[in-house]
Amino acid sequence: MARVVLIGNLAQLTGGVAEFQLRATSVKQLFEQLAERHPALGPHLQDGVAVAIDGQIYQDSLLEPIGPDSEVFVLPQIAGG
Amino acid sequence: MTGRARFGADYNLPGQLVGRVLRSPHPHARIVSIDTSKAEALPGVKAVVTRADFADQPSEFIPAGEMMMNYKDVVRNVMAREKALYEGHAVAAVAATSVAIARKALKLIDVKYEVLPHVIDVVEAMRPGAPLLHDDLFTAGVEPKPDKPSNIAKRLEIKVGDVEAGFKKADLIVEREFKTAPVHQGYIEPHAALATVSEDGSVELWTTTQGHFIVRAHCARLLGLDMGKVRVTATEIGGGFGGKTVVYLEPLAIALSKKAKRPVKMVMSREEVFKASGPTSGATVRVKMGATRDGKFVAGFAELKYQAGAFQGSPVQPGTMCAYAPYDIENVHVIGYDVVSNRPKVAAYRAPGAPISEYAVESVVDEIAKKLGLDPIELRMMNAAHEGTKAAYGPKFGPIGLEETLNSIKKTEHWNTPLRKWQGRGVASGFWFNIGGETSVSLTVNEDGTISLMAGTPDIGGLRAALASVAADELGVPVEKVRPIIGDTGSLGFNFLTGGSRSAFSGSMAIVEAAKQIKSELVARACKLWEAKPDQVEWKDGAVRPLGALAEKVKPMTIAEFAKISGKLGGPIGGVGRINAQGAGPSFGTHLVDLEVDPETGRTTILRYTVAQDAGKALHPAYVEGQFQGGAVQGIGWALNEEYIYGEDGKLQNAGFLDYRMPVASDVPMIDAILVEVANPKHPYGVRGVGETPIVPPLGAIANAMENATGIRFTELPMSPPKVLKALTDKGLNKA
Amino acid sequence: MAKHHIEATVNGDAVEFLCETEETLLDVLRDTLNLTGSKEGCSSGDCGACSVLLDGRLVCSCLVLGCEVSGRKIETIEGMAKGESLHPLQQQFLKSAALQCGICTPGVLVASKALLERSPNPTETEVRYWLAGNLCRCTGYDKIVSAVMDAAAVMRKG
Repeated sequence: MARVVLIGNLAQLTGGVAEFQLRATSVKQLFEQLAERHPALGPHLQDGVAVAIDGQIYQDSLLEPIGPDSEVFVLPQIAGG
Repeated sequence: MTGRARFGADYNLPGQLVGRVLRSPHPHARIVSIDTSKAEALPGVKAVVTRADFADQPSEFIPAGEMMMNYKDVVRNVMAREKALYEGHAVAAVAATSVAIARKALKLIDVKYEVLPHVIDVVEAMRPGAPLLHDDLFTAGVEPKPDKPSNIAKRLEIKVGDVEAGFKKADLIVEREFKTAPVHQGYIEPHAALATVSEDGSVELWTTTQGHFIVRAHCARLLGLDMGKVRVTATEIGGGFGGKTVVYLEPLAIALSKKAKRPVKMVMSREEVFKASGPTSGATVRVKMGATRDGKFVAGFAELKYQAGAFQGSPVQPGTMCAYAPYDIENVHVIGYDVVSNRPKVAAYRAPGAPISEYAVESVVDEIAKKLGLDPIELRMMNAAHEGTKAAYGPKFGPIGLEETLNSIKKTEHWNTPLRKWQGRGVASGFWFNIGGETSVSLTVNEDGTISLMAGTPDIGGLRAALASVAADELGVPVEKVRPIIGDTGSLGFNFLTGGSRSAFSGSMAIVEAAKQIKSELVARACKLWEAKPDQVEWKDGAVRPLGALAEKVKPMTIAEFAKISGKLGGPIGGVGRINAQGAGPSFGTHLVDLEVDPETGRTTILRYTVAQDAGKALHPAYVEGQFQGGAVQGIGWALNEEYIYGEDGKLQNAGFLDYRMPVASDVPMIDAILVEVANPKHPYGVRGVGETPIVPPLGAIANAMENATGIRFTELPMSPPKVLKALTDKGLNKA
Repeated sequence: MAKHHIEATVNGDAVEFLCETEETLLDVLRDTLNLTGSKEGCSSGDCGACSVLLDGRLVCSCLVLGCEVSGRKIETIEGMAKGESLHPLQQQFLKSAALQCGICTPGVLVASKALLERSPNPTETEVRYWLAGNLCRCTGYDKIVSAVMDAAAVMRKG
């Protein structure tokens, strides 16, 4: 099971729960599972987050695979100037 | 170079009209009515637009990176609706046959304002009872949900470990509050747009922008057009630094052109650039750090309050994430507030949010070093993030170069040169995440073997040269044979904007993809031509080469040779790279500065400056150095002189280059650049973005040098001569 | 209001144009004579992007009126290269990566040319103070100053 941690204010949409153990094998699945448990997260996951899988940051990358022992952080998106 | 490059204001179309904007003279006012009839009647005026010409947009956040934008706000920023929210806010626009007539027309537009009390300072704007900008803005991120509107748009935080427990372990706690003023990106080229709308409703737009695909998306949305009907060409851009990632004039020019049925050209004056385009936030930052007596950081707390300007969306989020990023600290808690106030909406400025928060933290780190009697570089080394460190904002770092930059600085002659009285030395480190993003490039092999490279991210400083060298390497051709251009929105797939230090990183990745396609196509053609099997040929060193026995029958063929006969072998040769580049590696930097303060005038002279930064792999070292030097000098300006100065009336007093004082050539010395290269394993060449990190360390480094020179810890930026002089005088330090 | 009829020399060519009283030389160069190499950064003489030589003297063309140049000699960035060959300053700027976005470059080149015509062997300090009227936001001035000094050395060799 992958360990999933929500960073920043996302935990406010889950009533304070910031850590999950999920059986997702891709970012797409991860978002679906999180949104199932906490519907308030859904729209935010679609458009405003980046995902760090085992230390590597991905943005807008639904198909990125997640391993069975991965550590995944869900972060606010970055752009720059 | 020769004056032939065409920037935004250099484009003209026959029959074009001059567009000008009427702007609010009040920092906060309800717009009661707008009467444009006299202006419309003036001979020579061909169109006038106001809020009536832009459909309202429902509230919808668009991912625009860390500064989420809402179309409801965008349409109001482009043209005021219910209220004018800052001095300079667009209220109407005209298109006329000459500048003189356009100016006259603006004077004939009658706007009735109900002036309201205004608020600018972030702390003032947060107070209950402060004048409210939006009665439908409720603070997000607090529980229970507030039922009263506020100027605080958002509260956010990141938390790791337990800072309270951490502080209990500390032998030394340092707590300070800092204040920074809004500063402008300062690009020398003002915003400019030229739009023409044809009878069938299709739009052609030339604009100086960092992201023409983004411009297309915004304009299509605001004007209710299909994206396919809007073709945007990014002109050469005279500086952006994040400030040209949004739209100001473009929707106005298109709306005017549609009404006037003629092309409309709009260029901002320098005063308009300062008053009506987005500077970065001013902020108040409180930092509290705890360390053991041998220098280990055990707790890091910070509270950031950032101005967003008239609409929400300051870069406080990345500010919170970057504050402690250079350090491996077990317990971190950073709170951020996004606060609206009556000044132009903030736009991104090179590493948005990071210079402010890292200035505060680096200042406190320096104070810790001094109080513990530790060398400031040693202290940072002791706590430096390295591969495997868990960043305060979550993920573990891959290979990173912070320690290497600290070591490089330590080894310099600069670090070891003695100083005199009133001279001071300061060091600071800094970080930016960097991004990848959607990128499309195309490589086409021309019949003579030259290569046309089309990228889609506007070149703001050396990109084309860097990408050309990658294409040349990949295809084994001399770089002079590669001609790089930036394509318009009709020619390429989507490209996210130039920013986030991404264009060389993602562009080069996409080129590697495109080159792969070309190479495999050439190998396939060689097989057909030579009637060979794939294992009998290989691509190597710029040519397809026959292997083994085949080598006795045929000679290798270069791209150029294939190109000559491409028609006979199936058609033109080309490749496309369409990727969403991932794997951007963060770039860490450490800056070292020596300065001298004149006790009689408070003036600070930068004596010597060294930048050490991790580029992963420098595709074009001279341009990478140029990024280091340019960012460092912007940081010098931010630290020593630049600030938006408002009067009591909420109006900007220094809306010009004379009084908004950016560094000139005589203000700075040569900037030594040390290129550190810790390869980014996720990029085929090891590249890391480099454009943004250079502006992050200077503020802290210079503040630390000032403390070293004067004994005074300046907690307010800029440290301009009047402020420095006053501080010296108050402490009796400059008595002869 | 009748326009002024002006005759002058621009980059060695005789030109003739009409202009309003309030039009600056910069406006005339860019909009009437189609020489868009000189740039408008501020219209107040603070950024130097519009630098040209007027009778050999370095000026901000945004601070000169079009109707003031009757019978006078104007040199802009467009006249710096001689046909196919770039001026040594232009060549050195390319070699040294002394430009990034390029918007300040025409003004900087014209100003540098004026400097080297007066002072063929300037010190770093001289170059910095001479160019203090040319704002650059991209380069931090380092490579610009090096390029000017290197070009000066090349030009001294003849």
